[in-house]
Amino acid sequence: MSSAAADTKNTVAAIGEKYKYGFVTDIEMEKAPKGLSEDTVRFVSAKKGEPQWMLDWRLGAFRRWGEMKEPNWARVHYPKIDYQNAYYYAAPKNTPLKQSLDEVDPKLLETYKKLGIPLNEQMALAGVAVDAVFDSVSVATTFKDKLNEVGVIFCPISEAIRDYPDLVKQYLGTVVPVTDNFFATLNAAVFTDGTFVYVPKGVRCPMELSTYFRINASETGQFERTLIIADEGSYVSYLEGCTAPKRDENQLHAAVVELVALEGAEIKYSTVQNWYPGDENGLGGIYNFVTKRGDCRGDRSKISWTQVETGSAITWKYPSCILRGDGSVGEFYSIAIANHYQQADTGTKMIHLGKNTRSRIISKGISAGKAQNTYRGQVSVYGKAEDARNFTQCDSLLIGGDCGAHTVPYIESRNPTARIEHEATTSKIADDQLFYCLQRGLGQEEAVALIVNGFCKEVLQQLPMEFAVEAQKLVGISLEGSVG
Amino acid sequence: MLEIKNLHVTVGGKEILKGLNLSIAAGQVHAIMGPNGSGKSTLSYILAGRAGYEITEGSITYNGEDLGAMPPEQRAAKGVFLAMQYPVEIPGVTTMMFLKSALNAQRRGRGEKELDAIGVLKTVRAKAATLNVSEDMLKRALNVGFSGGEKKRLEILQMSLFEPKLAILDETDSGLDIDALRLVAEGVNALRDPSRAMLVITHYQRLLDYIVPDRIHVLAKGRIVAEGGKELALELEAKGYDQIVKDAA
Ligand SMILES: Nc1ncnc2c1ncn2[C@@H]1O[C@H](COP(=O)(O)OP(=O)(O)OP(=O)(O)O)[C@@H](O)[C@H]1O
Ligand SMILES: [Mg+2]
Repeated sequence: MSSAAADTKNTVAAIGEKYKYGFVTDIEMEKAPKGLSEDTVRFVSAKKGEPQWMLDWRLGAFRRWGEMKEPNWARVHYPKIDYQNAYYYAAPKNTPLKQSLDEVDPKLLETYKKLGIPLNEQMALAGVAVDAVFDSVSVATTFKDKLNEVGVIFCPISEAIRDYPDLVKQYLGTVVPVTDNFFATLNAAVFTDGTFVYVPKGVRCPMELSTYFRINASETGQFERTLIIADEGSYVSYLEGCTAPKRDENQLHAAVVELVALEGAEIKYSTVQNWYPGDENGLGGIYNFVTKRGDCRGDRSKISWTQVETGSAITWKYPSCILRGDGSVGEFYSIAIANHYQQADTGTKMIHLGKNTRSRIISKGISAGKAQNTYRGQVSVYGKAEDARNFTQCDSLLIGGDCGAHTVPYIESRNPTARIEHEATTSKIADDQLFYCLQRGLGQEEAVALIVNGFCKEVLQQLPMEFAVEAQKLVGISLEGSVG
Repeated sequence: MLEIKNLHVTVGGKEILKGLNLSIAAGQVHAIMGPNGSGKSTLSYILAGRAGYEITEGSITYNGEDLGAMPPEQRAAKGVFLAMQYPVEIPGVTTMMFLKSALNAQRRGRGEKELDAIGVLKTVRAKAATLNVSEDMLKRALNVGFSGGEKKRLEILQMSLFEPKLAILDETDSGLDIDALRLVAEGVNALRDPSRAMLVITHYQRLLDYIVPDRIHVLAKGRIVAEGGKELALELEAKGYDQIVKDAA
């Protein structure tokens, strides 16, 4: 290896020590007894003050989960998870079910401040409404009033179950069925909180909606569930951010996100995932096993996923689109960065059911250290999907010689009119690129960040403006350790 | 300003520079000519601090400091600029963005205040106009899809933007049409200054009609084999390197 590449590797190796979000908030927690049983499910449901139908739904899921096997087809390796050795519910103590912002424990607010989330009037200026989920409960939702004016519902899902049961019953589990997969079924049984959004017919949501998820308690799994419904002709843009403290243990995060876009509606869903990735030796970090799926249920509807995945020890995640409505559009823009011993197996599924459906996949995978980064993508065109189109571009960038990048496309077409294009590239940061930057005065870390950001540009451009800069910095941070 | 003594440089296990001596005083412009593969670019890389190029013997002193011991970005901050023979493409990074990052990185390196986006934009635009670098080029990804001449003009734009103390131009004239050559030469001449030194690497005496050097050195097989005033370029043109090298031996 040339010494420039070696320098790059060293730079990259410096990162783990500086995980910015690695602090723990010292706050009194209320937990469910350790382990997973029907009683755990009942405990969670009771804590949430849920109606009987919800408890029944959960119990059904729990029974099915007992008969299911953990999937093993992804290119990720981890010791067997002991599902009995974890807590499934942890909440900051003294959290009444509903709160206004000034009632929230100042320590929590302090945490969010540290995370760089200005959970106050500043957000109004930025035009962002934030729902914050701390371990298992949603602690504050801002700007409900302004959203109420136009009829947009944006609240913790636990609240929606109580206040809007008909909407929840109508859509919950219709995109990701209860028995979809091992982790989704587990989530259905024990999900603790998450976000609910409903945008009424013809309404363009007046602000970006945003949720920050935070795992704080130790030995605790996080199972949030998000449901977003965009009624006919409506539009909503939603962003989620995730962080967790540094711990030597691995923690499980198994979320489910369901999106429903009715006729002519558009949902833009962006994720900046920075769960604790583990240290430079691969100790600790979040297991991120997430099921995200959007249903373009109506004609000419559109769902666009954008993800920046920099954290987690293991990422297992395939935000997908079911292109059911005629002329519907699905998009997937992804940046996945894996460093040290991180393992990422991520991609998307585009299921073309309707006529004239379009999908576009742009995936940028960056591997460094000893990390393994896999793009796994499926494009399926069903018999009735006349004139379906897909374009897939899948680029991998390797930093150093000990990491790996893998591309696993599955393509199936049952309609001869389908047009499917797939392009893939693998490259390295070239020594001459690095030298050129250094010669012009950029430091090693800054140079790597600049080149990688250039590599990811097409995806970064898809993020809402307010978050693009943050994400750009994060790309740099996760490869450089230039924090603090 | 620059003092190179008995410099030996190895690349990929092979010795390329074999006892090179050269010194340039502030305010001077020196030219280096020499056959292909003689080590001209190697010299420029070792001055700029490219990884993989190793000094095995000798020294490079820059304003009294050991240049060889400094990381490349520090050299840049201290005013060493290399216009490269083959400027590099960086996809996805707009030229303007790159210029701003580089300029501010250098300023930071010197402990100066960074310039805001608008300040950089204004300065760049003014310089770009005189070098015929279009607004479109500034918006495109750095060097990606630029013609050979456009890349070279962008190098000179960076030189005039960074205002280096020691500017090394490695075959900046190659691939330029006559008009561009004149523009580039004007750019270089505009930077001539009693506080600044320049090292111009070229194969063509034509460039030296525009940029008149104080001294010309002929590099062959890793050493300076002949030196002289600007008339040496004409002699080279007439006799060729072979003869000059033989004459010197
Ligand atoms: N990594 C390397 N390993 C081995 N030899 C190398 C390496 N890099 C350069 N060289 C050799 O070093 C010698 C000098 O190269 P250099 O680029 O400095 O020549 P130059 O004088 O600039 O030539 P030109 O006029 O063609 O630009 C050449 O013979 C080249 O092949
Ligand atoms: Mg050369």
